[in-house]
Amino acid sequence: MINQKTEPKGMNTASASSLGASRKSSSQLPLHLMILPALILILIYSYGPMLGAIIAFQDFNPALGIFRSKWSGLENFRYVMALPGTMQVIWNTLIIAVIKIVAGLIVPIIVALLLNEVRKEMFKRTVQTMVYLPHFLSWIILGGVLIDILSPTQGIVNQFLNWLGIDSIYFLGSNDWFRPVLVMSDVWKEFGFNTIVYLAALTSINPALYEAAVIDGASRWKQTINVTLPGMAPIIVLTATLALGQVLNAGFDQVFNLYSPQVYETGDIIDTFVYRIGMVDAQYGVATAVGLFKSVVSLILLSVSYFLAYRFANYRIF
Amino acid sequence: MVERYTLSRKLFIVFNYTILALLSVICLLPLVHVLAVSFSSSGAAAAGYVKLWPVEFTLDSYKYVLGKEQFFLSIGMTLKRVSVGLIVNMVLTVLVAYPLSKEVQKFRGRTVYAWVFVFTMLFNGGLIPLYMTVRYTGILDTVWALVLPSAVPIFNMILLLNFFRGLPKEVEEAAFMDGAGHWTSLWKIYVPLSTPALATITLFTMVFHWNSWFDGLIFMNSPSNYPLQSYLQTIVIQQNFSSASLESIAVLQKISDRTFKSAQIFLGSLPILLVYPFLQKFFMKGIVLGSVKG
Repeated sequence: MINQKTEPKGMNTASASSLGASRKSSSQLPLHLMILPALILILIYSYGPMLGAIIAFQDFNPALGIFRSKWSGLENFRYVMALPGTMQVIWNTLIIAVIKIVAGLIVPIIVALLLNEVRKEMFKRTVQTMVYLPHFLSWIILGGVLIDILSPTQGIVNQFLNWLGIDSIYFLGSNDWFRPVLVMSDVWKEFGFNTIVYLAALTSINPALYEAAVIDGASRWKQTINVTLPGMAPIIVLTATLALGQVLNAGFDQVFNLYSPQVYETGDIIDTFVYRIGMVDAQYGVATAVGLFKSVVSLILLSVSYFLAYRFANYRIF
Repeated sequence: MVERYTLSRKLFIVFNYTILALLSVICLLPLVHVLAVSFSSSGAAAAGYVKLWPVEFTLDSYKYVLGKEQFFLSIGMTLKRVSVGLIVNMVLTVLVAYPLSKEVQKFRGRTVYAWVFVFTMLFNGGLIPLYMTVRYTGILDTVWALVLPSAVPIFNMILLLNFFRGLPKEVEEAAFMDGAGHWTSLWKIYVPLSTPALATITLFTMVFHWNSWFDGLIFMNSPSNYPLQSYLQTIVIQQNFSSASLESIAVLQKISDRTFKSAQIFLGSLPILLVYPFLQKFFMKGIVLGSVKG
């Protein structure tokens, strides 16, 4: 908002500045120096691992290191594809991520619309305070809470079900229930926070549109359909487009803290798979191959999503 | 507000307030329940008597947690990573955001640099190569392993960059006329003018470092170096899926595993709850800053 207001000013002075700048400010050396420390760190810790990912094509042996380990071509990839569970892991990742994206889009929009109808500011603020909170807690905390309340023996959720006459359900140990629990708990953590963007979009809708609609005799419902939703459409399209880049991110932090061998069948995702192959079984080359596959596909998806967002919503990263 | 309410409108308002109230309550109920368990006696917790209020109120589980050396060691490590990480992150964020906020005419390398940084958001080498890099650079088992790999938070940098761009250019131009250089302009003009944005990013960064757990789990060889969230991961999450250790069996007599875990969950989220009012005040601005760009 601030940007939009002040940008025209900045644009006007841009031409003046090139005339008026003193010699000292025209030197670009300080600007390079400012970037240098961050650049070095990012070259080591972001670009270093990108180069290190070549061990995906090696029969990597930590004792020999990158330079002396034998090259194995696509052997690691062939090995992974031959494993019986690999396709299931990719499928789990896609389905969990996509359902989370859809639910994570719909729920905040509805809640934002409902909040927008609230006239009592106190009530609105109280609701916001309460629903934003889970976003700021880690999946360790929320995972601990979920493990406790969903426990088949002592959990309060199952106590409630028993009271209703329903048998206890082992939510975190059942392949029928694990994905629904992932999606619902993810919505629980993030829906409140995600309403912020939509609420911001709602406040920027021109009030004159509503006044015109009222004069035309539109009911509240008609106003929502014909004024509010179209007003929110750009931001909804943008969020949905950017979500495309996330379809291989099913939420490592969450899954890792909630899953167990019983639910690998429905809950094991690429990231947890990589962790187990690499950090637990110490098959570095194989784990890196899986990770590289994910990174490359993600890069393509992200590029496509940013391109679409740029093209149709005029969105720029910076 | 003068507004004539029809019956259906009235019904909707009642429905709306009820739904929203229910939603907010459901959001917090699980947390309230765990808090209640943590203050209950182990017997009451094990028998499932505890709902939303402590039963047979006791501080036993807190006394037990606070009596553990490992708990304090991990808090120490967390405080170390939060402070070191905050300084490193903030300094680098400011130092990168300033040059990149310049127009390409004034800073010719801008576009190349920007892509070098942004590309790391789009692509990464994966878990194992990152682990090997951290190991080869010799920082395993130190606080630097928790700080350096995420030393340049690109998202925050973009947020600040956009904020810098929104600031009026006249002040800087005037300073340049008076012979000031870029360093002076950054510290004397941009930083003071950006306090709301910097406060937002500071809080985000603190929460990020407080909540991070996975790096601690993989980059720390000895559990005595675990930051709090990694330590909690081993206590609250892992123990649930493995058989109880000897120690916890011995303790079970007095304190049930459940109240003990609940107490740690609460203590682990306490700092977040304490800064939450400030967070809430700032993050609205931060998000809007990030999403509405010129």
